[in-house]
Parts: sequence; C-alpha cells; structure tokens
Amino acid sequence: MSEIFEITSLSLQVSLLATVISLIIGLPFGTWLALGNFRGRSFLLSIVNTGMALPPVVVGLVVAMTLWRSGPLGDLRLIYTPWAIVIAQTVISAPVVMGLTAAALEALDPRLQQQLLGLGASRPQMIWHLWREARLPLLAALMAGFGSVISEVGASMMVGGNIRGQTRVLTTAIVLETSKGEFEKALALSALLLVITYLINLALTWIQQKGVRK
Amino acid sequence: MISIRNLLVQRNGRDALKVESLNIQKGETLAVVGPNGAGKSTFLLALAHLIKSSKGEISLHGKPQKEWHDLEYRRKIAFVFQDPLLMDMSVRENIALGLKFRNVDKKEANERIHKWAKAMGVEKLLERRSNQLSGGEAQRVSLARAFVLDPELLLMDEPFSAVDPQTREKLLEDLSKVLAEDHRTTIFVTHNLKEAAQFGDRVAVIIGNELKQAGKPEHIKENPADSSVRDFVRGL
Repeated sequence: MSEIFEITSLSLQVSLLATVISLIIGLPFGTWLALGNFRGRSFLLSIVNTGMALPPVVVGLVVAMTLWRSGPLGDLRLIYTPWAIVIAQTVISAPVVMGLTAAALEALDPRLQQQLLGLGASRPQMIWHLWREARLPLLAALMAGFGSVISEVGASMMVGGNIRGQTRVLTTAIVLETSKGEFEKALALSALLLVITYLINLALTWIQQKGVRK
Repeated sequence: MISIRNLLVQRNGRDALKVESLNIQKGETLAVVGPNGAGKSTFLLALAHLIKSSKGEISLHGKPQKEWHDLEYRRKIAFVFQDPLLMDMSVRENIALGLKFRNVDKKEANERIHKWAKAMGVEKLLERRSNQLSGGEAQRVSLARAFVLDPELLLMDEPFSAVDPQTREKLLEDLSKVLAEDHRTTIFVTHNLKEAAQFGDRVAVIIGNELKQAGKPEHIKENPADSSVRDFVRGL
C-alpha cells in the first residue's frame, strides 16, 4: 500500500512540476508568438505546433542521450532520477501550453490590444488583460499540458528507468505489472491514474466554468 | 494643442495617410469625414500613437510625438472605437479600467465612475456583466470608460455606426450635451456629413488617403479644395 502511495505521489509531483515549468515557459513564449510581428513568426509557430505532437518515446530518446553519462549534460548525473522525468515531461508539455496559448490569444479581437493601449495600458498591463480575457482557453491549455504528461509512459520509462522506490511512476508501474501478467494490479493502478486525472481536471474545469457563468 | 506637419503613414507597404499641415486648438471639436477606406481611422490611430508614422511629425503641446515617453503620451488621450470592445467583466470594472491602469485611488475612481456612468445613462447597469448589455448600452459604457479618464484629447472612431438609428439619435443627443458642457478637445470620425456639421467646430476631409481640406463646414462647402472635396461635401 505504501508503495502505491509512493508511486502515486511521485507521479503527481513530477507531472505537476513539469506542467508548472511548461506554464512558466509556454505562457510568455506563446504570448510573444501570438502578439509579435517579426520575420520568422510563422516558421516558429509551425515548429511549436509540430512540438505539440512530439512522440514521448522520441523525447525520451533525445533526453536520455543528452543526460547519459557520456552525453553533453552527463556530468549533472540526472539520468534515472525524477529530475530526468521532469525534464522529459517538460519537453513534451511546454509546446502544448505554448501552442494553445498562442491560439487562445490569436482568437481574441485584434483591436482589443489597441483598445487597451488606447485607454493608457502599459504593455504588461495590456498582456495581463489579454490573458484575463482568454482565461478559459488558457486554462484548457494548462489542462492539455498536464494531460499530455500524466498519461505518458515512453519518456518516463527511458529517462527514469522505472527504478522501484526512485523513479517508478503510475504509468511505468502499469507497464511493468502488465509485462509480469499481473493484470489485476495493472488494472487497479490504471483506475487510480484515471481517478487522479479526473479529479485534477474536475477542479480545473470547475474553475473554468465558474469563469463562464460569471 | 496638436500640430501635424508633412505626415506620412504607411501600412502594409503602401501609403495609408498623408497630411501636409493641420493644427488643432485646445477645446476644439474636429469632425473627420471621408469615404470608406480613405484613411480616417489611420488618422486617429496615428494621433493616438497606436501606429507609427513613416515621415513627418505630430506634436502635442509643441513636443513631437517621438520625444514623448510613449506611455505618458498615450495617457493624455482616450480612444473610443467603432465597436465598444468591452472586456468580459462588469460595467463598473470596464469603466474603471483606464483608472486602474493609472493607479487612481479607489475613492476618486468611484466618484468619477458614478459621475460619468450617470452622464452616459448607465448608472443602473454598473453591476451588470458586459455581455448582458445591448449594443447602445455597450457603446455608452465605452464612452463613459473614455470620459472617466478626463483625457486632454478624446478620439472617437465612428462611435455610433454599430447601433440602430433610434439609439444613435439618442446617443448623439446625450453626447452633444456632454461635449457642449465639457469643452474637451475631441476628434471624431464619422461618415455622416450632417453629424459632422452639427458637432464639429471644423471639418477635416480625407479622400484617397490624403487630408484634402480642413475648415468650417460652410467654408469647405463654398470653397472646396478640389473637385473630389466638392463632390464629397455636397451633403454638408
């Protein structure tokens, strides 16, 4: 029982941390992409949109090669640690948050920027109010970012190694139990993963719909 | 108060507005008229420093736009767009928006909000969400949101074109009362020549992305700068 608690707790910690880091990176960068008027903007947007569909195993492979002892960041000794999973999951979810942030802001009336500036907003004040105006799709971006990492298994397996008591998370534990033929255990862990994902999305949906009803 | 010299504004690589020379006095109401796509909105956006000019200069109080700190310049001006463009918040919060940007203290902000909500006839709607307003109500809120800032220069881009004729008439009546008492420097764009003659101390005619003439309505009518102006101002 304590092992399940440990695995669940680690799953939540790495995925929530990766989502928060993705938000910190994705929100400003997505805003810059949406509001910026510079050469290469469409190219960057296409890269980000491609990044939204990155296969987790490919991310896992690249991050593993980077963090491998002989790799460029091998000296940091992060491979097969929870931090390696956080890094890989951030690479997966940051483009999702970024791309959906850009799409959310691009969907606003473009004159809204001019209206806010025309009422004397500074640039940070303008951006804050645009985020506020797009808060519902931005929350959906956050949900999608979290959803993309809590459920992935390929990257976590490759960079974390599924080490018992250290880097085993719910998805990698499910794969292990299935490979052992322990389907009951695998099913129980899957149900737990679903319930946790549901509860977190329920909370975010409640916040989102509160905004709609206001 | 405002002087414009040899102004050229380019948008998407083409000339969107040329103004050789224009002075606007403090307290004056200038009506800007012209056909669709002639450059009227570009004129207001350039004055508000929401788009940059390619050549020439616009000076406010004798100081060229480029020498002003951008935010300081913009905070002397309030802009009312054709559509109300209200934020998804209450009417009170919408009217308070520019005051919040300027960190006006709460007590003073509340006094100003009530004063202008009353003047624009929306004081009973203060707690209502912006998406529950009719088109006319929303435009009144948009006007209150601009007047509450006590701007030195009020810019309005066809503020009544998106509302029905009845609402438009009532809005015009109320706004003309406010402007008559307020003596605020106001520049408004309209495609209605009667409206321009009625409210504008002077009328500026923009045709083909160029300011052709500015002056008293009757003067323009009697002495049009060229045939395009003569043809356009027939209804003045």
